[in-house]
Amino acid sequence: MVRLIASIVGAAFVLVLGIALFGSVAGVITDPVAPTAESVAHKHPKELELASNGVFGKFDRRQLQRGFQVYKEVCAACHSLRLVSFRDLQKIGYSEPEVKAIASQWVIEQPSINPETGEAATRKNIPSDRFPSPFANEVAARAANNNALPPDLSLITKAREEGTAYVHSLLTGYTTQPAALLKEFPDIKTPEGLHYNPYFANLNIAMPPPLTSDGQVTYADGTKPTIDQMSTDVSAFLTWTAEPNLEARHAAGFASIIFILIFCGLAWGAYQNVWRDVKH
Amino acid sequence: MSFPWAKQYEPKLPLTRWLDERLPVPRLVYNSLGGGYPVPRNLNYFWNFGVLAGAALAIQIITGIVLAMHYAANGTVAFDSVESIMRDVNAGWFLRYAHANGASMFFIVVYTHIFRGLYYGSYKAPREMVWLLGVVIFLLMMATAFMGYVLPWGQMSFWGAQVITGFFSAIPLVGDTIRIWLLGGFAPDNAALNRFFSLHYLLPFVIAGVIILHIWALHIPGSNNPTGVDVKGEQDTVPFHPYYTAKDGFGLGIFLLIFASLLFFFPNYLGHPDNYIPANPLSTPAHIVPEWYFWPFYAILRAFTADFILPAKLWGVLAMFGSILLLFFLPWLDSSPVRSMNYRPKARIAFWVLVADIAILGYCGGAPATATYVILSQICAAYYFAHFLIILPIISRSERPRPLPNSITEAVLANHGGTSPAKTALATSTTSPAPHAAH
Amino acid sequence: MATVDDMVPPGESPEPFHEEAHDPRRRDFINIAAVSFAGVGAVAIVLPLINQMNPSADVLAQSTTEIDLSKILPGQAIKTSFRKQPLFVRNLTPKEISEADAVDIATLRDPQTLEERTKAGKKNWLITLGVCTHLGCVPLGAGEGENKGPFGGYFCPCHGSAYDTAARIRKGPAPTNLHVPDYAFNSDTVVTVG
Repeated sequence: MVRLIASIVGAAFVLVLGIALFGSVAGVITDPVAPTAESVAHKHPKELELASNGVFGKFDRRQLQRGFQVYKEVCAACHSLRLVSFRDLQKIGYSEPEVKAIASQWVIEQPSINPETGEAATRKNIPSDRFPSPFANEVAARAANNNALPPDLSLITKAREEGTAYVHSLLTGYTTQPAALLKEFPDIKTPEGLHYNPYFANLNIAMPPPLTSDGQVTYADGTKPTIDQMSTDVSAFLTWTAEPNLEARHAAGFASIIFILIFCGLAWGAYQNVWRDVKH
Repeated sequence: MSFPWAKQYEPKLPLTRWLDERLPVPRLVYNSLGGGYPVPRNLNYFWNFGVLAGAALAIQIITGIVLAMHYAANGTVAFDSVESIMRDVNAGWFLRYAHANGASMFFIVVYTHIFRGLYYGSYKAPREMVWLLGVVIFLLMMATAFMGYVLPWGQMSFWGAQVITGFFSAIPLVGDTIRIWLLGGFAPDNAALNRFFSLHYLLPFVIAGVIILHIWALHIPGSNNPTGVDVKGEQDTVPFHPYYTAKDGFGLGIFLLIFASLLFFFPNYLGHPDNYIPANPLSTPAHIVPEWYFWPFYAILRAFTADFILPAKLWGVLAMFGSILLLFFLPWLDSSPVRSMNYRPKARIAFWVLVADIAILGYCGGAPATATYVILSQICAAYYFAHFLIILPIISRSERPRPLPNSITEAVLANHGGTSPAKTALATSTTSPAPHAAH
Repeated sequence: MATVDDMVPPGESPEPFHEEAHDPRRRDFINIAAVSFAGVGAVAIVLPLINQMNPSADVLAQSTTEIDLSKILPGQAIKTSFRKQPLFVRNLTPKEISEADAVDIATLRDPQTLEERTKAGKKNWLITLGVCTHLGCVPLGAGEGENKGPFGGYFCPCHGSAYDTAARIRKGPAPTNLHVPDYAFNSDTVVTVG
């Protein structure tokens, strides 16, 4: 009885799937999927070699500091870094007084209240503060950016596929829309106020090219600030903001794996020892 | 407990003797996972996965309890509380990555455990109850994993909750009412997040309880083995301890090696980038997928694209739940008296086709819903149902199994002697004190 | 492991056990080593599970509190908060200062002079945590009209500890004076605590 009911149920599912399959195949034949501009022109992020890549990866602190400088001087005007605190900068090699100075001189102040009146006010940042957002809220951010919302950058390299390479590719990937593409898809001309970038999912990004010329920032350590260098540095910095414990994780990983390997060896020996006289 | 030659617990110290007379917990442990549980001597490495699943559950419960000390189940702060665990809590990144990847490890282990049971016929009499309880555990695990994935309140969490509770809206007439009741609102929000957290904390302990029943039910007939042949006598078994504790110790080492590689070096490999974007009820990610362990079921859901008497949406939901619920009937669908697929040539082919089929379904479930993947899902989903509901019942009646060894010991010795079980059946049968049961 | 040998199934072809070839103590060594190693691993894994309950980095971050003293008149006190704990800031009157100075230090449970509890030249500014050193209640006496207790300082209603005008314990179960946090005067009217 069970088998009879089961075969009826099974036949029903197979029948319905068969009908669905027929529909799908017919759909492919009668209405083949046309290529879209995205499927033709969207590019995969370029490879980016960073010290933090790979299982042996460690951060290059001087690079992180340069990247922080790029964030501070270029990105911070629009993009928040709300999950990172000023005190965290000590982990990329700034001293405590330097962090205090960076915090207190930060252009955007921390939201606060006037202690006399209770009205909204701002105060200087202190090391225990998170980085303040450049806009009070999402509406303000959109209003100031042509209705586009600049995403928070704290986790951006983990919130995108191959995020570190993606950030670098996006920053250096601005170009004019290829004429051939426009010829193939006449109605995808980049709208006014958007910018063509083949690394962006839908090819047209609201962010204007942020890194426009070599020497846009001046590095204290003498590194030549080419666009590629600045973009690489800020990608490295944003890799750190997204995964600040990467080095501790790798170190703990090696210790654990070596320990477990030795344990496996001993456990194998014990297993063989216990079973030595029993065929199995 | 299961065999007359099982060793009896003999307390050695005065304290254990005192305890044994009043609350015989050591005796219980001895009889279930110690020297008092006789186990077939020929178990292969696939039999490690039961203990490994228990270890995975323990890891999830321990890391989970600790994470709950820092997590805040409120839509406005849930995402940030997880990030605070990752950044500020001592060893928080370790605990959170261990819990997230531990869930994946749990499913890897449990899926292997389930396929082991399917291949070696561990669901058949007299172990039906073991299998049924196992399917209950699997369902509870899926519910727990889904609710746990909602807690970080990222984009995938939110849209996962939206889509999965959407299944219930497929129920005719009362569907929407049920969905709104489940969510405590019209969309996932604080009410849903809080109840998911509460249940996510509760269900693992329910799972632990059902595992106790699962082991209890197992100990009545004793463990199955790769030949599927019943234990005939003492020479067929070894005590669980030290034999299988030693082997499980080694298995646990390999498990931890893979777990640690994932946790420390590729912690986000099995996750999805979109879940590092805070939940946004106004914008769905371009490509939403559940966690990898749900992909085969997700592919079955998406395979139903045509209305036929019932709407396609309802077919998809019925099929997805049906694909798991049919496992409850498996012991009665497969009526072959032979357990192990090693001796069932046709069923073995069907088994491996099923494995490939589920792997392809999994791949399709994780891929975008383009025509190619939908077509592939439809073919594979059809095989999935046909396998369990039509093919296996037919094979189990029509197939001629290969000759079985007369006993476990005979099979073991034949392996070592390099001759086939059939040839040695008569030669070694004299050494076996137990009478041969007709198989 | 003698039982291991006993368990060899009788149905098996009788192979020699090579008992002589092995030193049984060396054979068991590997079992003991494996179990010990597992024990070390288990202990190592417990450490982060315990350590996670310690204050997290954001809690430990040295936050400081700035206090404007200009609005506190002599005889008044304010209650503010420092690292999630109440902080009492009190502007002592000359009478309260002389009362505090008149006490014989030797008779105190926790001997300290008012000078030791304030900054040089700012003897009237008494800044203490508002946490009773007995079991952590907030003593009364900082707010307008609150019971200052028999010694005119602070009075803890939970278990009756009485503090004097220098916030020193005088009576009741508290073991020490109210704690004075680290602080510095930025100017005559602004103090940074922490």
